[in-house]
Amino acid sequence: MTCQEIAEFLLAYLERELPEPQRDVFQAHLDECPACVTFLRTYESTIRLGKAACRDCPEATKAKVPDALIQAILAARTTGHEQPQNETSDDS
Amino acid sequence: MQKPATTTNEGASNRTDDAALVERLRAGEERAYEEMVREYSGQMLAVARRFLRSEEDALDTVQEAFISAFRALDRFEGQSKLSTWLHRIVVNSALMRLRKKSRRAERSIEELLPQFRSDGHPARPMNPWREDVAVALEAQEARALVREKIDELPDPYRTVLLLRDIEEYDTRETAELLEITENAVKTRLHRARLALRNLLDPYFRGEVA
Ligand SMILES: [Zn+2]
Repeated sequence: MTCQEIAEFLLAYLERELPEPQRDVFQAHLDECPACVTFLRTYESTIRLGKAACRDCPEATKAKVPDALIQAILAARTTGHEQPQNETSDDS
Repeated sequence: MQKPATTTNEGASNRTDDAALVERLRAGEERAYEEMVREYSGQMLAVARRFLRSEEDALDTVQEAFISAFRALDRFEGQSKLSTWLHRIVVNSALMRLRKKSRRAERSIEELLPQFRSDGHPARPMNPWREDVAVALEAQEARALVREKIDELPDPYRTVLLLRDIEEYDTRETAELLEITENAVKTRLHRARLALRNLLDPYFRGEVA
């Protein structure tokens, strides 16, 4: 197995979807190749970073909604058509 | 069967609230519609903004999603929470809008994937990432960087990464939402993560600050 193939089957390996003989070959390569171990670690870090990217920040879970949008949605319900949100006609 | 009120947990009481609200919605009560929109539009807008790059598209998507939801209220069965149901509807609307938009010269995923020599060895030396990468998970700045890099992924890969890792749909649900096979979901997710790894590498590898 080459380093390129290690990269290709990385996700299958991590999710334990590699069939037994392939898994052993994969493991044997990792035992001898520090570069692929490094690659695997950075890949795992990437997964964690990706999953954390939108966690907990307020704008990511609940955004502040412009009142014009709420009004447009409610108006659209009664007419059954989409309403433009920017019908600010006579604001003075 | 009657249960004492003390055993009512959070989830159950939410479902009771949902059921009551849906009943009022079906009865056509105007106030109920406004309550629903005010209660759920914030989380729906946050979802829409993750998928769509323009604010106008995100706002339009939330509006479309609510209109779809109003029409589909009869099909809401109360087995899932109202928020879960609305989440899926807004994701669907966002994906539909993305499909309609032909994106300006999209980057190909290939140029973002790790490069190898013809003998299968890495084309560039592999550097470990900083020890404190775990700390970065807690830093707002690092999260913003990761979001920015996710945004650089080509849409077919970005959407799979968002659905699986951020919106937390499983492989089967993601396949349904995108109308692709489960194997395609797995392949795209892997490539999206490989590409994201490459994009983040300069920021997290040992020697660069
Ligand atoms: Zn290797």
